[in-house]
Formats: sequence, C-alpha cells, structure tokens
Amino acid sequence: MSFTKAILGTASALAITATAALSDPAIIYDLGGKFDKSFNEAASKGADRWAKESGGKYREIELSSEAQREQALRRFAEDGANPVVMTGFAFASTLDTVAPDYPDTKFAIIDMVVDKPNVRSVVFSEHEGSYLVGVAAAMASKTGTVGFIGGMDVPLIRKFACGYVQGVKATNPDAKVIQNMTGTTPTAWNDPVKGAELTKAQIAQKADVVYAAAGGTGVGVLQAAADEGIYSIGVDSNQNYLHPGSVLTSMVKRVDVAVFDAFSQGADLTTGFHVLGLANGGVDYALDEYNAKIFTADIKAAVDAAKADIISGKIKVHDYMSDNNCPIE
Amino acid sequence: MANDSVLGRLTDAAPAIELRGITKSFGAVEANKNISLKVSKGTIHGIVGENGAGKSTLMSILYGFYKADAGEIFINGRKTPIPDSQAAIAAGIGMVHQHFKLVENFTVLENVILGAEDGALLKPSLAKARAVLVDLAREYELEVDPDQTIENLSVGHQQRVEILKALYRQADILILDEPTGVLTPSEAEHLFRILKNLRDQGKTLILITHKLKEIMNATDTVSVMRRGEMTATVKTADTSPGELAELMVGRKVLLRVDKKPAATGKTVLEVRDLKVKDSAGVERLKGISFEVCAGEILGIAGVAGNGQSELLEVLGGIASASGSVRINDHQLDLTGRYSDGQSRRARGISHVPEDRQRLGLIMDFMAWENACFGYHHDPKYQKNPLMMDNGAILADTEQKMQRFDIRPPNPRLPAHSFSGGNQQKIVLAREIERNPDILLVGQPTRGVDIGAIEFIHQQIVALRDAGKAILLVSVELDEILSLSDRVAVMFDGRIQGERITAETDEKELGLLMAGMNVEAA
Amino acid sequence: MDKIPRWADIFLVPFINLVLAFAASGLVVLAIGENPFDAIYYMIRGALGSTSGLGYTLYYATNYIFTGLAVAVAFHARLFNIGGEGQAAVSGIGVAVVVLAFDWPHWALALPFAIIGAGVMGAAWAFIPAYLQAKRGSHIVITTIMFNFIGAALMGFLLNGILKNPNTQNAESIGFGPGAHLPTAHEVLAPLGIAFSKSAPLNISFLLALLCAAGVWFLLWRTRLGYQIRAFGQSEAAAKYAGISSVKIIILTMLISGALAGMLSINVVMGEQERLIKEFVEGAGFVGIAVALMGRSHPFGIVLAALLFGMLTQGGFELLWEMPAISREMVLVIQALIILFTGALDNMVRDPVEKLFRRIRKGRI
Repeated sequence: MSFTKAILGTASALAITATAALSDPAIIYDLGGKFDKSFNEAASKGADRWAKESGGKYREIELSSEAQREQALRRFAEDGANPVVMTGFAFASTLDTVAPDYPDTKFAIIDMVVDKPNVRSVVFSEHEGSYLVGVAAAMASKTGTVGFIGGMDVPLIRKFACGYVQGVKATNPDAKVIQNMTGTTPTAWNDPVKGAELTKAQIAQKADVVYAAAGGTGVGVLQAAADEGIYSIGVDSNQNYLHPGSVLTSMVKRVDVAVFDAFSQGADLTTGFHVLGLANGGVDYALDEYNAKIFTADIKAAVDAAKADIISGKIKVHDYMSDNNCPIE
Repeated sequence: MANDSVLGRLTDAAPAIELRGITKSFGAVEANKNISLKVSKGTIHGIVGENGAGKSTLMSILYGFYKADAGEIFINGRKTPIPDSQAAIAAGIGMVHQHFKLVENFTVLENVILGAEDGALLKPSLAKARAVLVDLAREYELEVDPDQTIENLSVGHQQRVEILKALYRQADILILDEPTGVLTPSEAEHLFRILKNLRDQGKTLILITHKLKEIMNATDTVSVMRRGEMTATVKTADTSPGELAELMVGRKVLLRVDKKPAATGKTVLEVRDLKVKDSAGVERLKGISFEVCAGEILGIAGVAGNGQSELLEVLGGIASASGSVRINDHQLDLTGRYSDGQSRRARGISHVPEDRQRLGLIMDFMAWENACFGYHHDPKYQKNPLMMDNGAILADTEQKMQRFDIRPPNPRLPAHSFSGGNQQKIVLAREIERNPDILLVGQPTRGVDIGAIEFIHQQIVALRDAGKAILLVSVELDEILSLSDRVAVMFDGRIQGERITAETDEKELGLLMAGMNVEAA
Repeated sequence: MDKIPRWADIFLVPFINLVLAFAASGLVVLAIGENPFDAIYYMIRGALGSTSGLGYTLYYATNYIFTGLAVAVAFHARLFNIGGEGQAAVSGIGVAVVVLAFDWPHWALALPFAIIGAGVMGAAWAFIPAYLQAKRGSHIVITTIMFNFIGAALMGFLLNGILKNPNTQNAESIGFGPGAHLPTAHEVLAPLGIAFSKSAPLNISFLLALLCAAGVWFLLWRTRLGYQIRAFGQSEAAAKYAGISSVKIIILTMLISGALAGMLSINVVMGEQERLIKEFVEGAGFVGIAVALMGRSHPFGIVLAALLFGMLTQGGFELLWEMPAISREMVLVIQALIILFTGALDNMVRDPVEKLFRRIRKGRI
C-alpha cells in the first residue's frame, strides 16, 4: 500500500470516526487488512456507502494479532458500539465466547454461523452464484473442458467448486471440469504466480474457461487466461474490468451489501441465520460493458433461466458445506 | 638520491627522525608518555621493549596509523605532521610489517606498484618498476624474481618484496617490525646484510624487535621502552644484553636457564610414522617418529609452518592422524570418539597450546572459568551432578594465581584483561598443576615479557626435574637451545635431524631448519 | 573493555536509545498531523494504564520471553536459531495432542504434560537443523528458516486434516476441554481481592516464562553444560582443544532452544486460544531475535526487553483505537523504529556515551 493511499485512507477514516458516539456501528477487519482488494475491502465499501447515505458515523479497527480478536470485540461492545460487524469466519470461536457476555450488543459475522441469540450469521449462497457461472462456462467453452482454481483448500472453496461443477454438468453433461487448489495455507490466497502456473497447466489439458475462487491468487489466473487467449471468471467483486474481453463474467458476492444491511438496521439488527443468495441479491453474476461482447445473448438467456429456476426453487443447488460432500465431480 | 643522503650524513645537519614529546593514550591506558627520540641519518636504530611497552604504538604514530594526542614529528629537521600513511610515504617513510601486506596471487612486480601506479594503464608502470627492481637488487642484495607470484615465494623473499615496495616508493627511512619472527637463521642473517647495505647507502632504519641478540648484532644505537616511556637510548657498542634486559624489565633478569643434567627415565611418549592431512588433503606430517622419556625435554625446532603445529594438535587431541602414538605403552586412538582432548587428558597428557588466545583460553571468560577449562569434568569442580562448584574453582584459581604469581591476582577478571605473560601463566598453571605424565608446550614464551619468560622457563624445567616428559615446540632457537635436552628439527612435515643439545649449535640447527641434510657430528 | 559503568550499560544506553526511538517515531506521527506526545501517552497508557492493557502487555511479553530465551541460548553457543517461529508453531501440535488426548480433571495435571508435549515437539523441530549443522555442516540459519516453512506447511496439513474441527471453516482444532483451562490473571488474583481484567489473556504461563528465564540463567552460569555451551560459543577452536564435542553441544543447545520456543504454545494455544489455530505464533519467533539482541542474551535483559516489546505490541494496538488517523501499518513503522534504535543502532549511542564517560573520568582524575 502506498504512503499517500494510507494517508488518504486514514484521513477519511478520521473524518468519519472523529465524532463517533455511543451506539454507532463498528466493523472489525480481519488480519488481511482493510485494503486487501478483496473481502475486507468490499466490507469497508459497504460501510462507507452506509456512512454516505445515512450521514452516520461508524468505527473500525484492523487486527494485527489473533489475541486481538477478543480484545477488539470486547472493546467495541464495552464502548457501546452497536452492531459490531466482523469479516471472516476466523472470528467464529471468539464470538462464540464473547457474545453471551454482551447480551445488549448485536453482532454480525460474515461467512460463518455462530448460534447465539444476539448474533446475526451472514452466509452467502456461493454455490448458487457458482452454479450460474458454471452454466456460463459450459456455454462459452468450445473444447468441452473447463477449469476451476481454488485458493486455500477449505470447505468454503469446495462449496464454490461444487456449485460450479453442478452448473457446468447441468448445461453440458459431457463436459470435463479440472479442479485445482492453490495450497493448504493462507498464502494460497495470495500467490498469483502459482495461480498463473495452474492456469497454464489447465490450458494444456484443453480447458478454455477457468473460474478462479482464490482471492489475490485469482489475479494471476485472470492474467494467464488473458495472455493465453481463453476465458476466465472472476470472483467476490466484479473483476470484469481487469481484462476486458477475457473475463467472461464474475461471481459477485456482495459483502458490502451484508455490511450495509447490518449497519442500516443499527441496534435493532435482526439476529439469526441470514442467507444472502440469488433471491436477495447477495450473490450474482456480473454483466457490464467490459464483458458485454463475449457474454453472448445465448449465454445470458441460459444463465438467466437458471437463475430464475434457482430462485423459484425449481433447481436445487447442492451446498457442499451442508454435508461436506459433493454429489458430482 | 644516494648522493643526497650521503651528503646529509656527511654534514650531519639534522637527524632523519626526531620525535618530541609524543603522547598517546587509549582510554585510560597511556601507551606513549612524552616520548622524545632522535635517529641519525644512515644508522640502524633498534627499539626494544616488552610486549605492551609502546613500541608498536610509537611506530604506528610515525607511520600515520594513529594520531598522537600531543607531540611533534620532525623529518630531516623539518616539522612534518603525519595524519595518515600517505603522508608518511610522502615524507619518505616506509614500513615492513610483522604480517606482510601483500596480495598473495599477484606477482612481485604487481605488488610493488600496487598503490603507486603512474597512470591508468599498468604497462608503463610495470616496465619502470622492473628497471628499478633490477637496480635495487644489484645495489642491496635484494634479488627476487619480479614475475613470480607471492604465494610461490619463501617467507624470506616475501619480506624482500615488502622492503622493495618501500624502496620503490623512495623511502629513506625504513621501519621493520619484528622482521625475523618468521625467518630461518640464515634468512635472518641475509636480512641483516641487506639492512647494513641499506644503511651504508645512507638509508635510516628502525628495527623493532624483542630479540636482544639481533639488537647487539645489527644496530648502531638502541632505545629501550618500558610502560610507554623511553627509558634509555644508548650506543649499542656501549651496552650488553644483560643491561638491556634490565632496562626493559626494570630489574635484574636471568637470561640463561639454570638446569641440572637430565635424569632420564623410561620412554613416556613413543611416536611412530605419524601422518596428518589437512582439510585440503595436503599432507602436513609425512611420517614422523620420535620418543620422549621421563625427565627430559625434547625440543622441536623449525621455522613456523613445517608441521609442528599439526604434531601438537594430534597429540593434544585436536586433529586426527594415522600412524601410532603410545603413552606409557598404551596405544592412543588417533581418530574417532576417543581421540579428543578429554581422552588425552585422561591419559596424562597436558597441553599448553601454541596459540593460547585462540585455543588455550576463552578470552571473554573470567580467569577462574579458564582455570578449569578442559578439566571441567573433574569431580573436584562439581557441586552435584548438575552444577559446577564455582566456589571450589575460584578457590583453586586463587591458589594457582598465587603459586604462579599471576597478576593481578583477581580470578574474576576476564582473560583478555591480563597481559600476554599472565595469560600464559594461567594456561601453564592449569596444565602443570594437573601433574601430567607428559606436558606438550607450544611457543611457551611467544608474546610474553622477559620477566615472565624467566619464570615460565623455570616452571618447565622444574616439571622435568620432577621426572615428567616434556615436548617443547618453539620457533625461538634460543629457547630450544636453553631448555631442551634433545632437539629434533622439523622441515616440511618431516624430522630433518635430531641432536643432543649439548652437542650441536645454532648454525647446525639453522641448516637443518632450512631443509639441508647435515651429517651428525 | 569495561569502559562504562554497568548501570550505564544496562539502563542508560537503552534509555537514550528509547528516547531517540520515540523522537524518530514522533516525527512520523507529526508527519500525519497528529500530536506525537498524545501518541506516546496513548501507547503507554494503553499498555500499562489498565489491568486489561497490562494483561495484554504481559501476555505478549510472555511470548517474547520464551522466544527471546530460545534465541539467546542458541546465541551463547554462537548458533543463530532463526527457527523459533517454526519450532513454536509445531510445538502447538504437541500441546493440542496432549490436551485433546485425555479428559483432564485439572489443569495442574494437564500443564506438566502439555509442557512436555510442547517442549518435545519444539525440540524435535530444532533437532533436524541441529543435526544437519553438527554432522553435515549445513548452515543452521538456512535450515532453521527452511524449517519455518516446513512447519507452517505441516500445520496447514494437520489442521486441514486429522486435527481439523469439522464444525468450522477455519483451519483450527476443536476447543480444549475445561479441564485444561489455565488460570488467567483474573482467576488467580480474584481470590486475593485484586480485580484484574477478565478479558485479558494473561495467564499463569507468565510465571512459567519467568521460571524459564531463571532456568536459563542457571543452565548457562551454574551447570557444566552451560559452561560448555558458552565456551563453545566463544571459541569453537578452544572448545575443541578442551575436548568439548561440537556435535553434542550443537544438538543439545538447539534442543533446549527449540523446547523454549515451544513453550510459547503453552501461553497461546493452551492459555489463550484453548484450541490449536494455524498461525498462532504471529512473528513472535522473529521478535525473539530482537528481544535477545536487546537483552544482550542475558535472561534478565530478555525479560526487560520482552516487557518493552509487549508494551509496543499492546500500546500500538491501543494507538489504533485512540488515533484512527494512525493506521496499522503506521504502528508497525513506529514499532520498527523502536527496534531499530534499541537493537541495530545500539553503537550509535554507545560510542558517544563511552566517550562522555571517558571525558568525565579524565576531568575527575
């Protein structure tokens, strides 16, 4: 991160938080940091949007050690912040012990379920969004072989993969899906070089559409796909603009929406299981001027049909995490 | 050039070097206290003094390595500040260091012009230097092959290159720091011939040495330094080694060791066909055999680097070897687990290593920690199986310090704050007090002041008289001759010859040291 | 050599270093338009001003004492153990396995076994580099660094595999049982009538750290092994002369060093997280190098240095709360400046101080 950016970022944060008073909402970014160009950054955009639209103030903190999770949670709760939103599943165990101590404070955890009366657990139906881009990939592929590159091998990423495979197979039962995970450590989220290597390996096996669900690693996947002249699919935020004409679409996961929603409801945050799926705009595929040319009308028709079917319940996309199993490979 | 200096000498206008009130301190230590000195042109002037007397500091000031806190330097009567060695060279001063400062893989010519090139291109400089070198060689017996690389030259020739370097830079004043330390007697003799030639051509030479014999043989005048002060400057012809030693130490010194004839007993150490290779695979000991008996001192003479160090290392359990070594008829392991220093000590071998600062002592350890070094497994130093008995070691050290007159007698001082002689006494006390069957001693008096030399020699002889075997390795021929009962001379990893000390002399040993084959008389 | 009095060496020089460090950090704070004195005040108040802050400070310090001691013990044998990070990480496996293997009735019973588990794993992770150094001459700096990576990979493998808690996304083990819960400062001090923050993670591992510091002092300066370690470290040639086996010293020293680094997991895994998570060491292994340098490899100095680093970690986090204009990265810069001045630039202060003392002495004499 450049110095000026840090200054600007912190300066704007200062403007927002300078007069933070009781019961302002608060957000805790995970160790990756606020400006991780991915999950945390999307969350911060949601918070910013809320501040702009409502004119309210919010507080925020970036963690730098594991022990600070609990510290930050308690600190915000004791300072009267409400609700307290946290990004990432790593907060789960901590929140599980802290939440009961502050029954009057509402917490929202994104990407994980914590079953406590004052906690909203926001999860996304990534399998549904992945299904849609799977349909698009199968339509766009000429070779009948498509690829999937995951980041760190965790159930969440397998959930992406499983939804994707279902979408591909539903469209073209003979299609082949090559799956690779970048690694088993958190560095797998930020290894664009390896992402590019895996992409090239998949291309060698005839893949001509590659879906990257790999955080920062995906940048390398998209780059390699653009270099080799095949299609790629972005993830989380809309990455279509990165390589116009090569990024077929992006599976967008509206973390910002989750934060915006939680902030908007304030201290009256409804708790419990909160699923953001296709129906309520929490996940979607992205269509804009950057991919309009390659995302043909045929593809769009097929994808929109699938989307309608999922929303209506006609198509049930299997969620890997419901039983840690995927019915088809 | 020659004419000028001859003229200068004839007119005797001003001394070549005059130092006035030179003072220099390092922290609390005053290395040079208000020193004044005059050295006339065309003379060889010796400077003697014990280690730490301030000789090297004084010369370093003259050569611009240190800046004096106070005082003035006059060269040829003109006040000449010397802030760095460039200024010293410009003033016509050259220095031959104890450890040569030559580039090993450069040729003689390249070394000579290094730093004195005339331009960006080497060729003209080399050609000029070659011509100058030929002249110098003829004039002063300074023959060296100009195209040979330094690493292929003998130590004596390397030293000539150092002298040539100084002369090439038009030095009129030449400082030589302990020049004979690494030379064989014949090489040393040749060096002194060169020095006399240089003097006769009008050069001024300053010779720093601790060998009184060289002072007597080679110099015209001599200055004695003690504890940072110049205690005397006399004409060499008017003094004697005894008087100089007394001036150096500040009291009467026994230069010769008094010892009874040896009462030799049975063989303690028997070495047969001992071979050692270094890490590069070069054979450093090429099959040597000898014996040492109880109650005798066997001296190993030789120029440094001819295998003596390796011999001590093998016997002391530091290096592995092949061949056979027996102690009191017990075969020693020369490789493997039981060839280490602990096993050697268990066999009754004590070892005063050549390099006490690197091997014999841990310089940052306190005296008491050093006093049990190597014997730290001894039950008398243990409080329980886990702890060492620091109190017992301290008490033991205090006793040793008293018996060996180690000063200051404070066992809690780190080894590095003792003088060289007292450091050596710490090692010697530790090893002799073990009452070993055989004592290995390497360079017992290297860097040790005269007063301590006397004491150390007495201790070694006393151990011999107590019926112990002693293997003495020294590059000081004088020391070998005055201490040992028999002498073995090593050359190139072999024993070049063995003599009864009483039946040989320096000249014969010198030839053996140079690798000559000499029939025993 | 003893150019300045001991008190100046131990207190004055580090103090001047600290003042300079704060001055330099102050310029950084000033550059972003905040009041540097406020920043220092917030940092110190955040680190020491409440039992919660103090609890975090001492919690971090506990980690740094362990890793600092680990580095220092190796230093004394002139071994540069850069692998504290990996050794501490792998030792977490030992703790987790021991604690999860039984349904412990009481922490006092679980703790000794957890210590053994942590020590054995930490030592094992140090053993291989030590063996390679002793027998094969592979440089220990290189091998320990490589083992940090291997350790991280091993942790990833286990925590995504057999040790993984199936009920969570996170690569973490299932939570430890209540029988292995280490008393926190709050729980220990409450019966004594001292109210200590309930949330602070400080636990009895802190006492273990102090015990280890005393133990390291005893080892180095009272036992024969310590004597041999120090002798070997001062001069390998002299150690050989004395018949001290380099293989034995290198391996034993590294085992001790690795076991000490492993104690970190008692504090973090057993004392704080009460589950095994993947990256719980969080650079403490590397901070240990700075701690050992600053503490001059003496256990007492290490405890002091660890306290300072604990204050920096906790105080730095407090700064984030109180001065939102200061970002996490800025805090890192400030911490780095302090480390730079107190550790690396030590001689910059030491030399002038020595000169000053010399002048003062001369003036007096």
